[in-house]
Amino acid sequence: MKKYTYTEKKDTRSGFGAGLSELGKSNPDVVALCADLTGSLKMDAFQKDHPERFFQVGIAEANMIGIAAGLTIGGKIPFTGTFANFSTGRVYDQIRQSVAYSGKNVKICASHAGLTLGEDGATHQILEDIGLMKMLPHMCVINPCDYNQTKAATIAIADHHGPVYLRFGRPTVPNFTPADQKFEIGKAIMLNEGSDVTIIATGHLVWKAIEAGEQLAAKGISAEIINIHTIKPLDDAAILKSLAKTKCVVTAEEHQMNGGLGDSVAQLLARNTPAPQEFVAVNDSFGESGTPDQLMTKYGLDTVNIVEAAEKVMKRK
Amino acid sequence: MADISQLEQLAKQVRRDIVRMVHAVNSGHPGGSLGCTEYLVALYNVVMKHDPKNFSMDGKGEDLFFLSNGHISPVFYSVLARCGYFPIDELKTFRKLNSRLQGHPTTHEGLPGVRIASGSLGQGMSVAIGAALAKKLNKDTSIVYSLHGDGELQEGQIWEAAIYAAANKVDNYIATIDYNGRQIDGDVENVLSLGNLRTKFEAFGWEVLDIHEGNNMTAVIDGLRKAQTFIGKGKPIVVIMKTEMGAGVDFMMGTHKWHGSAPNDEQLQKALDQLVGNEADY
Repeated sequence: MKKYTYTEKKDTRSGFGAGLSELGKSNPDVVALCADLTGSLKMDAFQKDHPERFFQVGIAEANMIGIAAGLTIGGKIPFTGTFANFSTGRVYDQIRQSVAYSGKNVKICASHAGLTLGEDGATHQILEDIGLMKMLPHMCVINPCDYNQTKAATIAIADHHGPVYLRFGRPTVPNFTPADQKFEIGKAIMLNEGSDVTIIATGHLVWKAIEAGEQLAAKGISAEIINIHTIKPLDDAAILKSLAKTKCVVTAEEHQMNGGLGDSVAQLLARNTPAPQEFVAVNDSFGESGTPDQLMTKYGLDTVNIVEAAEKVMKRK
Repeated sequence: MADISQLEQLAKQVRRDIVRMVHAVNSGHPGGSLGCTEYLVALYNVVMKHDPKNFSMDGKGEDLFFLSNGHISPVFYSVLARCGYFPIDELKTFRKLNSRLQGHPTTHEGLPGVRIASGSLGQGMSVAIGAALAKKLNKDTSIVYSLHGDGELQEGQIWEAAIYAAANKVDNYIATIDYNGRQIDGDVENVLSLGNLRTKFEAFGWEVLDIHEGNNMTAVIDGLRKAQTFIGKGKPIVVIMKTEMGAGVDFMMGTHKWHGSAPNDEQLQKALDQLVGNEADY
């Protein structure tokens, strides 16, 4: 098992803030909109440096999405920022009609996704956002794993013409992606080559997949670990190539089982080379208040759950 | 084309197009389309500065129009075609398979003249504001226009946008409300009354103007010209335009029933008989 280390834990939302700040300096067409969560989204630096390109819309997310769509018509590249729940579920129809169907170059940037939002509870812990966004035709869906990858993804999506959903979160997590790693939309990252089981993880579950890989290695199990930061378009070739070798897969994500990364992988396999799959995901449930770690444990999204799923799926080969 | 009689002639032709288009596919929304004919004819042929032959999505240096109440697509398509955005003959594809003239307007099929999809109501004001903000960033002094149904104002997003535009002095933007008092289920007053619309917009911080005769070409042009004089004065501008749903076809007026129904063969002929003179149908 390849060894991964990190010097500090950082939040992915700060990676977004840093990326946006860099874009502000490098790309004069980039504009940003926020619905009263500038501090939470770490958009303060952009706001301070480029006040003329920053639009505070207040607590009015539907209007924010519409304004963003309109800004593209003047050649701007709008980045909208609010919590994942208010970025998707609350404004689904606005995204569907004014952004996706209209083919507008809007970047919908969403923080505090999933259970790790923590104590605020289920009203804010959206676990359906990946599904909502990936169902929209031509919507690109990205869920990076750590600070460096989120920063790189933020910068990369400015050069991608078309709507993008960029999902990140609140807690600090190990920042292990090399700061100079190029972010390629739709390109899976092979974290560890293995032969017994493939673990495909996205977002905060990527580090847990690495931890699971280490524990499995200690048990003599060789896990192939793939970081899928882009859920749509999915890197079909990388997944099929891995499955041709391992013949079984665990998918891991901080999202509902219905509609998430696991669904996308299952569909890909069903259409090509069906293989046993176990899902580490929230199983048809809302979240609740608690610390992020407590919630990840209670809802079965921890390292141990990935290890158990790997052992289980291998028996199904 | 500033001659009023020519514009009225064009309006008559647009009305012929509207009833023929919805009749041909036995679907679509003739009522609001007929009611907004003078407005769109005036806007595209007199009021706006635009370049139909060289449509670009960005529309830099051009005035822009956003149709928020997308269901009145027949009048929008007819006016766009007849001022040169696309071939007039294409009107016959309205609502048919593989057409660029979808039931509700969209950019998806690449129809020149359309810059946003609309149909799901209440979204166009936000989009227009965004386009107006981009114009300010681009130091582009042209104007953004939008049209909304009165029933559409029941959508909450409109009021989010209304708060934003006033608070941020979006003063290069003229919204118009098609104040025909009718929606699918009946009179707006009975379905969900808007109360005093003028004082609502005034309270939201907008400059409010009226066009009392929205089906009188001269009144519409004068009203929009007057609205233009408030551009750049620190407030968004709204024109409350009183129209008659179904205007120009007597049996479609005075009722909400022609909001979204097409005429049969006999009714079409009856309508066309009221819209005669120098016709040049597609």
